[in-house]
Amino acid sequence: MSAKKLGLREKYSKMTRDLSWEPSYQPMEKIYPQTEMEGLKIEDWDKWEDPFRLTMDAYWKYQAEKERKLYAIIEAFAQNNGQLNVTDARYINALKLFLNGVSPLEYAAHRGFAMAGRQLPGVGAQVACQMQSVDELRHVQTQVHTISHYNKYFNGLDDFRHKHDNVWYLSVPKSFFDDAMTAGPFEFITAISFSFEYVLTNLLFMPFMSGAAYNGDMATVTFGFSAQSDEARHMTLGLEVIKFMLEQHPDNVPIVQRWIDKWFWRGYRLLSLVSMMMDYMLPKKVMSWKEAWEMYFVQNGGALFEDLARYGIRMPKYWEQTVAGMDHLSHQTWNTFYTHNHAAAFHTWMPEEDEMQWLASKYPESFDKYYRPRWEHYKKLEEEGKDFSNPSLPMLCQTCQIPMFYTEADDPTTISYRVSEYKGDKYHTCSDGCKDIFDHEPEKYIQAWLPVHQIFQGNCGGGSLEEVLDWYRLNQGVENVKYHLSEDFSNWKKWKGLDPETESDDEPRQVSNG
Amino acid sequence: MRQASINDYQGVAKDAQENFHGNQLVYIGWDKHLIFCAPICVPLPPDAPFEVIVKEILPAAYGLHPDFEHIDWSHVEWTVDQISHIPDMHKSLSQNGVGHKSVIRFVTPGLNGIGGVAA
Repeated sequence: MSAKKLGLREKYSKMTRDLSWEPSYQPMEKIYPQTEMEGLKIEDWDKWEDPFRLTMDAYWKYQAEKERKLYAIIEAFAQNNGQLNVTDARYINALKLFLNGVSPLEYAAHRGFAMAGRQLPGVGAQVACQMQSVDELRHVQTQVHTISHYNKYFNGLDDFRHKHDNVWYLSVPKSFFDDAMTAGPFEFITAISFSFEYVLTNLLFMPFMSGAAYNGDMATVTFGFSAQSDEARHMTLGLEVIKFMLEQHPDNVPIVQRWIDKWFWRGYRLLSLVSMMMDYMLPKKVMSWKEAWEMYFVQNGGALFEDLARYGIRMPKYWEQTVAGMDHLSHQTWNTFYTHNHAAAFHTWMPEEDEMQWLASKYPESFDKYYRPRWEHYKKLEEEGKDFSNPSLPMLCQTCQIPMFYTEADDPTTISYRVSEYKGDKYHTCSDGCKDIFDHEPEKYIQAWLPVHQIFQGNCGGGSLEEVLDWYRLNQGVENVKYHLSEDFSNWKKWKGLDPETESDDEPRQVSNG
Repeated sequence: MRQASINDYQGVAKDAQENFHGNQLVYIGWDKHLIFCAPICVPLPPDAPFEVIVKEILPAAYGLHPDFEHIDWSHVEWTVDQISHIPDMHKSLSQNGVGHKSVIRFVTPGLNGIGGVAA
């Protein structure tokens, strides 16, 4: 007699909730010490709702189907030399930022959710974390596979793992996840699933994907779509965990609020990279950073926090400063990379006149007044063959690790300096948000691996810039030059027949990487 | 709570002065000159005279700015760790109150960057 098939509800119950057991050799608090340390009060784990009711067998089936579609498309993309259909080779630099800065975060998220799944006592939460952990591993793989095709033709894409772990500006995304992973499991999920994926995802993932669509990069669009249905599940987990914590005990409210404040601010700082990508790196613009922040954070985020008000949760602290900063963020970030291009693994450039006009129209309060004069100064120097590079190493924020380039919310001509004293030493931060984060857990942030300080301690290959860049495995003179001087640019002109002085090759030649 | 942890956790300060081979870190910012996007970080011996900053560090760091050659050093306004300070150029950084990870800022009256808009 064949066994009776389980109904959906029964199957779900058997393959999730029924997988747990009551420990008898050890007390719960010794098996799950991390939940205790966070100070939350959880009275009933059964109140955890699984928004998707997905079991592992169904999960594998869905994911396999997505993989088949994705790999069929990227194979066709490669065979048709899809890399030649992007709007302009400048676009590839957005991919360099993505692969070196964001894809390794998917891997970090994979590790983080595996850890959170182990640390949370409730089985519903454990299963959700397990699936997300596998999702994140799939995302990093599909991104690496997709972008590997571009790696054959463009520089700066061949060593993302080493660069992510070592290069100065990549310590910003890296330390963001290190901070989240070294917190407890609830803070980790609040940081990644709620603050990052729920509140800010439309400002991280979507600008890269719609930027890809606008700029003819169908390969990237495809992995974006392939990840999107997973992201929807992650966002739901993010909101679920927030509601669960808030409904369990009123004493949890201030703890959750502090995590929201912290991770909103850390996420906002990280999004500086996205702001410059949107306003400067996309040859064909989707929308300005300011428009995106107004739509996705001020309006949509505002509505979300109105919903959460019934739990006693308010808008993240210092959100008003992010609104004041909308007119300046992307320009100040691009200024930093343009003037430090010699130490970066992607190309920068000055916008063309039509792009300057676009920027002036999107930023009528700030662009012509504060930033056009800088860009015109740099352009003049370029014409004289004396491209401007900053010869010094910058002071970094102890919390976000970003050079201290942010200006005061009410004065775009004055750098924002904040300082704390802890155990007799000074610690400098770039903003009230980063100072609050430092002051709450100084014992954590005094250990920050700040790239500039590490160079001066002698831990980065040597004392000269060349030695440090070698240690970064940065292909000097190739990866770290302004776009107009780059091999990417000269190759592009050849492949597209844009340069009358060189003959156009029939076949795009691959570059020799690494 | 100095750090959420499962036991009494003590961190190790990564940037203690003894890790810098006899130097201390000094941060320097030139107000209203933001083509230099952020203040700079330089390692200097604590007994170096303050004039090393004016004679060596600043020309190397900021000499590319068109305002730099017009600076009238007798009118420059200095702060050390947010307190206004008249440096004694021949005395050491320590004697001028500049410690490990101190911030020195200077204002050059009448020179406010390219186009006068802090560039």
